[in-house]
Amino acid sequence: MSAPIVAEPNGFELPENQLAVIRWNILFGFAVLAVGVLFGLEQALNYARIDAVKYYPGIHSYYQGLTLHGVLNALVLTTAFANGFVSLTTARGLGRALNGALLQIAFWLLLIGSLLAAFAMLTDHANVLYTFYPPLQAQWTFYLGLAMVVISTWVTSANQLVMLRAWRREHPGERIPLMAFMSVTTYIMWDIASVGLAVEVVGLLLPWSLGLIAGSDPLLSRTLFWFTGHPIVYFWLLPIYISWYGLIPKQSGGLLFSDTLTRIAFLMFIVLVPVGFHHQFLDPGVPEKIKFAVTILTFGIFFPSLMTAFAVMYALEIAGRRAGGTGLIGWFFRIPWSNPSVSAQVLGMLAFLLGGISGLMNASFSMNLDIHNTAFIPGHFHLTLGTAVALSYMGIAYWLIPYLFKRKLWMPRLAVVQAFLYFGGVLIFSRGMMYGGLHGMPRRTALALSTYDQPAWHAAGAMAAIGGTIMFISAMLFFLVLVMTIVAGERGAREDVPFTATVQAPALSGWPVKLDALRYFVVASVVLCILVYGPFLYMYLPPHLGILPLRYP
Amino acid sequence: METYEKGFLVASGVILIAFLGALAYSVFVMGVSMPGRAQMIACSTDQRLRKILRVTPPFNSPGVHQIAPGKYEVAVIGQTWSFTPDDIEIPLGAEVTFRATSSDVIHGFMIVGTNVNMMLIPGEVSTETYRFTRPGEYLLLCHEYCGRLHHTMSGKVVVK
Repeated sequence: MSAPIVAEPNGFELPENQLAVIRWNILFGFAVLAVGVLFGLEQALNYARIDAVKYYPGIHSYYQGLTLHGVLNALVLTTAFANGFVSLTTARGLGRALNGALLQIAFWLLLIGSLLAAFAMLTDHANVLYTFYPPLQAQWTFYLGLAMVVISTWVTSANQLVMLRAWRREHPGERIPLMAFMSVTTYIMWDIASVGLAVEVVGLLLPWSLGLIAGSDPLLSRTLFWFTGHPIVYFWLLPIYISWYGLIPKQSGGLLFSDTLTRIAFLMFIVLVPVGFHHQFLDPGVPEKIKFAVTILTFGIFFPSLMTAFAVMYALEIAGRRAGGTGLIGWFFRIPWSNPSVSAQVLGMLAFLLGGISGLMNASFSMNLDIHNTAFIPGHFHLTLGTAVALSYMGIAYWLIPYLFKRKLWMPRLAVVQAFLYFGGVLIFSRGMMYGGLHGMPRRTALALSTYDQPAWHAAGAMAAIGGTIMFISAMLFFLVLVMTIVAGERGAREDVPFTATVQAPALSGWPVKLDALRYFVVASVVLCILVYGPFLYMYLPPHLGILPLRYP
Repeated sequence: METYEKGFLVASGVILIAFLGALAYSVFVMGVSMPGRAQMIACSTDQRLRKILRVTPPFNSPGVHQIAPGKYEVAVIGQTWSFTPDDIEIPLGAEVTFRATSSDVIHGFMIVGTNVNMMLIPGEVSTETYRFTRPGEYLLLCHEYCGRLHHTMSGKVVVK
């Protein structure tokens, strides 16, 4: 009934050479994840005071391993996956080919940028963690590499906008297909959000690391970093939301309820970009009033995630009831759990319930005093980024890899086991981390070597280590399934991207049509950014570049 | 089904507003305060921040100072990889204001088991006021990565 508006119904398939680039993006992302989780194991064991990093060849310190773990998993993997996956959903949604040149450029920028940053990290010249706060200083290759990774996302966004423009010219007065709408808005949000990081890296840190500027401004850098550093969370999350809203209903045998509500959720993420100050609640130099105002905005950004919880669970309920499920929650057990793509992502959603709530605690102004920079924080974001996002990547891979390679999934049952194992692992891991955090166990600290200890940290650390080890084993099973599918999976025909239909089709008249006028939401976002960051910058600027670097810590 | 949807969205909004109300209560009624804009220490790359701190009150004499009956100020400098002073003695029940800063990179300042939790940023002064109501020895630690030996940066606060 409404299929044309979710994605162009023509069964469009990208040309093989473009699919190849997308394939390389996804494979590169997962290769990076493989290295990242190797260091994840060592991080988890550290909380149980086990110094495992000394067994890692060529790695000199816990902090070098932590930098690799954070940068590879949180920055490189996520960008590689989004650039590949969201390019595909845009193209499929609009039913037209991508700009091949832009697609190639984005991939090469990502690849070379990642290798530059990896070089700096592996040679012990960038032990600055993924937040790289000055005056800790890394080699210039690290900053240049990260800048190239960010530019690759802009090129990807440009590609989408070029396509959207061409599509609109050919379809005057039509609603943007929902799949394309979600994809394009994800990158528009990120275009605005990434400005802070770009200014910090290109304007301050890169010239500083090259010796062109002598000093740094730690507070200004933190402010620019977190301008991007919070909405980067949406850049991790929204590609997953594309799958949860647009694909999972179909894969589980249900329907997406409301087209309009879906669009509103994505637009809210564009408008509510400037919330990063809540990472600076305990920073001196930022007025308390700004901090409280940002608390309110952060609670606002929680709203679209609650909308998502409703929409996605309702889609699953339709699926479960169609399959014969009854009662208040009986339907939940009837969704196709034997499909690893569905079970991995639904478990990711369950983790996100806990992750979202704990995130709201972090953002709760005065409550932040209890958990800031404690193990509570990684306990939280391993439920969100580490599971809701990472396990959903795996779930998506369980149809995407067969799609891209025209192979059937190898041992789908093992894939289901993998998903449950990961979910169980993270529950133990995060429970331990949060418990430790509430008792003052610091994050990002080589506890295995520390000169201090507290009794309450022992049980917490043991849980983190056990849970983390289970997650590591599960990740290894994922890579096994992935590699075996590619090399030994049964050859098959390519099935189309599994996009859903909606119960309520997009409106063709009235106010919901205005939701497609994206530029108004961009303007609203920019105005809000100026309202939140303008007063601080006006009060603070010009930069106080008086602090000397601690080179190659 | 649309009524369920509306009900869910209204409930979501109400819950969020209630949470915000609770936070506002903690701030405006209970008086929980956060580090804010206190004092900036101007410096340039020609002068070491450490030298400037030596002549900047209160960091020219780090330590515990009584400023009124029952009121104390504690000036602390964080540097790689220690606190000055790292052994702080405070009378039970006194109102203590910590004024702390960093002389090199970004550090953390957390007294485990209390609400005292701040970032120390070079060029900025962090303050927080706290009243210790239980005697004992508290662990003070740096919770922001500050280089190779970050995990050795700690101290103690003794309340008696």
